[in-house]
Formats: sequence, C-alpha cells, structure tokens
Amino acid sequence: MPEIYYSKAVNEALDEELSRDHNVVLIGEDIGKYGGAFGVTKGLWDKYGAERLWETPISENTITGIGVGAAMLGMRPVVEIMFMDFIALALDQLLNSASKLHYMYHGQVKVPMVLRTPGGAKGGYGPSHSQMLSSLLVGIPGLKVVAPSSAYQVKGMLKTAIRDDNPVVFIENKRLYPQKGFVPENDYTLPIDKAIVTSPGTDISVFCYSSMTPVCQAVKLALKPLGIDLEIVDLVSLQPLDRETIFASVRKTGKAIIVEEACLTGGVGAEVSALIAEHCLDSLEAPVMRVGAADTPIPSSLELEKFVLPQAEDIIQAVKRIRDYC
Amino acid sequence: MLTNDQLLHFYGRMVTIRAFEEKLSELFTTGLLGGTSHFCIGQEASAVGVVGASRATDWLVSNHRGHGHLLARGLDVSRVMAELLGRLTGYCGGRGGSQHLCSYSEHFLGTNGIVGGGLPIATGAAFALKYQKSSDIAIVFFGDGASNQGTFHESLNLAQLWQLPVLFVCENNFYGMSTPISKTIARADGASFEVPSGTSGVTGWVTPRAAAYGIRGTTADGRDVEAVYAAAEAAIGRIRAGGGPELLELMTYRLCGHSKSEPRVYRTREEEETMREHDGLAMLPARLAERGVPGETIEATAAAARAAVEEATQRALAAPYGGRADALGGVFEEMRQ
Ligand SMILES: Cc1ncc(C[n+]2csc(CCOP(=O)(O)OP(=O)(O)O)c2C)c(N)n1
Ligand SMILES: [Mg+2]
Repeated sequence: MPEIYYSKAVNEALDEELSRDHNVVLIGEDIGKYGGAFGVTKGLWDKYGAERLWETPISENTITGIGVGAAMLGMRPVVEIMFMDFIALALDQLLNSASKLHYMYHGQVKVPMVLRTPGGAKGGYGPSHSQMLSSLLVGIPGLKVVAPSSAYQVKGMLKTAIRDDNPVVFIENKRLYPQKGFVPENDYTLPIDKAIVTSPGTDISVFCYSSMTPVCQAVKLALKPLGIDLEIVDLVSLQPLDRETIFASVRKTGKAIIVEEACLTGGVGAEVSALIAEHCLDSLEAPVMRVGAADTPIPSSLELEKFVLPQAEDIIQAVKRIRDYC
Repeated sequence: MLTNDQLLHFYGRMVTIRAFEEKLSELFTTGLLGGTSHFCIGQEASAVGVVGASRATDWLVSNHRGHGHLLARGLDVSRVMAELLGRLTGYCGGRGGSQHLCSYSEHFLGTNGIVGGGLPIATGAAFALKYQKSSDIAIVFFGDGASNQGTFHESLNLAQLWQLPVLFVCENNFYGMSTPISKTIARADGASFEVPSGTSGVTGWVTPRAAAYGIRGTTADGRDVEAVYAAAEAAIGRIRAGGGPELLELMTYRLCGHSKSEPRVYRTREEEETMREHDGLAMLPARLAERGVPGETIEATAAAARAAVEEATQRALAAPYGGRADALGGVFEEMRQ
C-alpha cells in the first residue's frame, strides 16, 4: 500500500471520479493550473482542462448556487470553498437551497453536490482563516456533514460523497493535508454515515473527528504505559451521527469524552453528550467530558493559538478526571 | 407579432392568474390559508409574455411573487391551489406552499422565498444546459429589489464570463415591499425617480447594470403583453443561438399590496388609480376587439378561465392533508445501490 499525503488522497479521489463520471465537474476559485490554495487539485487541470474544472470569480454564494442548479439538472458538481470560514458567504445557498430543495419540493428534485472545504487551524492563519465550523452545519437538516481524519478515509469517503444523491459538506482539514497515510491501491470507497472504531480499548471511549483523531491516537499511546486503555472512535459523519456505534462503545466502557477542534459551546460534543445521556445513562460510570476549542475567535499568533485550541494535555486532563470517578 | 389566437390565449392565461389570486384573497379571509402570499395582480402580462415566448422545455426559475410565472407555464391550477392550501395533492405535498413550489417535469424549477436566491440556481441550470449541449435555456424572474443582492451581480458576471444560456428577467414594479427604487438603486446617469404614471416609455433602472457586465439589456413595457412577448422572443432567440446571457427589464406595477392585505402606506391612492388606468389585463379586450376578435369569443375565453379556477379551487378544497409521515420523511434522497 502506498503512503500518501491527505491532500494527495483528496486529489486522487477527485481524479478518479472525474474520469469515472462525465457529470462530475469541479467548481471553485484558483483550482486550475494553480492547483487550489492548498494544492489539492494540482495536476487535474493538465489532465482534464477547462471543460471539467471551472475556475470562478470570488463569489462563494453564487458558485454554491450554481452547484445546486447544475445538480438539479443531473450533474455532480464538486464546489470548493477555499477556507471553511468563507462558507459564511455561501451559507444562503447551502441553507436555503441545497439542504431544503429535495424535501420542500417533495422529492421531485435531488441535489447531488459536494461542497469541499478545509476547516481548522494550521498555525498562524488567524481569525478569518482558521475555524472549524462543523457545529454551524450540523443543525441544518438535509445536509450530510462528513469530516474524515486520514488519507485512507478522505479518499474513500470523498468518492462516496460524490456518488451520493444528496448535498454533502465535506470538511477537510488544513492541519491534516500534510499528514501521510496508507491507502489501498485498488479502487475503494468507504461509507460516509458510519463511525469507525479506529483503535479498540476497554476503559474510556474517546469520540473525535478530523484533526483531533490523530491527536487522540497519540494520547492513547502515551497513556498505555499508565495502564489506561482508551477506545478511539472516529465519528466521521457529524450529520447524521452514527448512534449505534457511539452507544455500543459507551455501553462497553461506561465512560466517554468527546474531542473536537470546534468551539465547545453548541458543538458536536454537546450533541453526542446529550445523546449518550438520553440513551446510555444506565451504562455511564462518570460524567461525559468534552474537550474543544475555547469560545474565542482563533488568534493569529502561534503562541496564542495553542491556548485556544484543544491540546493533547487537555484530553489527558479529561481522562484523569473520569478515570477514577465513582 | 402575435396572431389573434395567440393573443386570445395569452388573455385567457392572464384572466386565470387574476382570478386565481382573487380567489386566494377570498380564501385568506376564511382562515383556510396560512402564512402569507405575494400577489401579482397587475403584473400578469410580464409572466405570460415571457413564458409564452419560451418553449416548454426551457427551465423557469421564479421568485416569491410566482403565481403568474407558474400559471403561465400551464401548471395544473388545482394542484397549485392544493399546494397553497397545504394539501397532499399539491405539487409539493403541502411542504412548499406559495414560495417554494416546483414542478420538475414541467421544467418549473421553483418559486423561491429568498429575494435573489433564484439567480444562482438559474445560472447553475444554464451551466448544466451548456455543459450538456442542450438547446434549452434558463429563464429567471426577480424583482427590482433583488437587483441589489450580491447574487444578482455575481450571477450576471459569471453568466457572461461563461457565456451561459440564461435570460435574466427583472420585473420592476417600482417598489421592493415598501421601498421605492429611488431609495435602493443608485444610478450613474442621475435620472430622477418620478412617481410612476405609467410603464410605457419609462427608463429602465436595472438595465444599466447589465451593461456593466457586457450583457445586453432591454427595457420594455411589462404591462403590454405584446411588447413583453416581442422583447422576450427576440432575447430568447439570440440566447438560444449561442449569443450569451441577456437581461430583460419589464416595467410593471402591482395593483395590490406587497403581500396579502397590506395597507400600502408608502404610496398614494392617486398613484394607484393612475396606474390602474393602464392595467395590462383590462386593456386587452379592447385590443382584441380592435383586431376583429368577436366580443362573445373574448368574453367566453374570460368566463371559461374564471370557471376553471373556481372548479379547480373546489377540487383543491376537497383534497386531504398529509399525515405525520408526510411531514417527517424524505429529507434525504435514498440511494439506489
Ligand atoms: C433575503 C430576503 N430578504 C428579505 C426578504 C423579505 N422580502 C420578501 S419580498 C421583498 C421585496 C422584494 O422586492 P422585489 O425584488 O422588488 O420584488 P417584488 O416584491 O417587488 O416583486 C422582501 C424585502 C426575503 N424574502 N428574502
Ligand atoms: Mg419590486
């Protein structure tokens, strides 16, 4: 199995879907020869050209709406929003068109589009280029929201997202782009509605997604010598949540921590925590813990940024707080 | 130039739209209709003229004031009425209502509750049509108010850059809700706003904006269905021939309130009366007669349209509501694996 960057895995998924289905087109700013702000579409311009890659003016709301209109007429547009913070500009078409049309037109139309966008802080990008806005999206019925954490996941899941008949917001992560991972050589896809137990354990369930999954894996390794066995569960799909996998893990370990890069307040963690309280109270042996970003914008300074973003140490503190709870 | 038969047909459609909305205001007083609804009383000609110049496979995208557009396309009156009444037999099972009504099979891509929301969708539809090498085009209706949304400017810009087959139709009725265009549309030429006394020979307010994007813009009297048809037919012909997007600004006037029964404090009754003198619907019988259409034929056409609306309304009123499953299901398209 080759080991490739997360960004390259995205690139390969796009490449394979472009060659597989003529209805797939890429729409976005600077995605052509330039290869996109993070180089994700590099090489695709030379291979597919202007007929398949549509470089746009800086008009996020309209290019999202173009994706919606084209999808309703049978295409499978993949729209790139350069930084996740910029979905603020695209939100009307996402919220009032993409997510609602299938339902409100009573199934007459479908909107098979993917909106790809890199969320998260990479160090120094500052307040308007760093947020993980997953929690903003999960409250919008009709959108599927997926946030893969590895090269393997991102490639297999992007292909599934493109083939899905519904609008999918596909959250990539700037911090993950330069991380390497193994991907199979064959043409594979992965489900986008299933959580993955990436590392089984017995003591505490740690639910995470996107950039926080590798951090949680590292914490697991660090705590092993102390005799603490974490079960790492990657949520993958933030809307809908894979309740069965979440509940099964909590029923096994009796303890849960949710870790995310988004702000703590109103986050995915709050939702998972509430679900566990509603459905697994009998299994719980300790309070459900949440680790997330502070409720502040993301400061530019590298020194300041780390005070705002969740760190491995925060996860360890949460583990220690509930490990011996009784 | 329209034949007598065509003009008579357009007249029938316009009567249908007027009768439909008059029926709606009646139903509002009975409490059978919820929410609100935007009537196009006085504006029927712009819908009928443009849609009449399109072909049935051209894709229409409408806005919040969409009854004219969808009835002009020939959607089933009873199913439209049922949709507004929230019944299961409505086009969208009661989920959409007036502002979210779609008939995909009739290439009516939906009314739209977001002012300016339809412009990108129509641009996207036109993108797909170009990509699929179709000879159909997309046509989007929006108001003067919507021309101040970013989506208007973004869509015109993109449509011109990509040379998309889309006709942008602005129905300029001088007001966005209560606000006159003089307060919302900045003009380079300093032309001043006069209290409208007519819609013929009026300078366009949105047309100059098209020029900024290199898009051909035409202004026409939106209450004269023949003038609308002529302008739309010419524009559609050029677009279909590959000439790129165009804008058509139709000067018109709503003879009713913005929504339901609003008291219209922002304009005078005198202004309304002046405008009523040239109601695009009321002027048609005389014109048809001038052209030699017998009076009985004109009256029979109108009577048939009104009777059909009445009959369709009764059928809609008898239709069932959906149940819990109809409200909760169908958020996602199920994948056929
Ligand atoms: C984004 C948005 N803002 C405000 C409204 C409320 N609203 C509905 S119609 C309307 C006026 C629109 O004016 P115009 O585009 O000229 O169309 P008209 O109603 O005159 O046909 C307003 C403000 C809305 N539906 N959507
Ligand atoms: Mg208006």
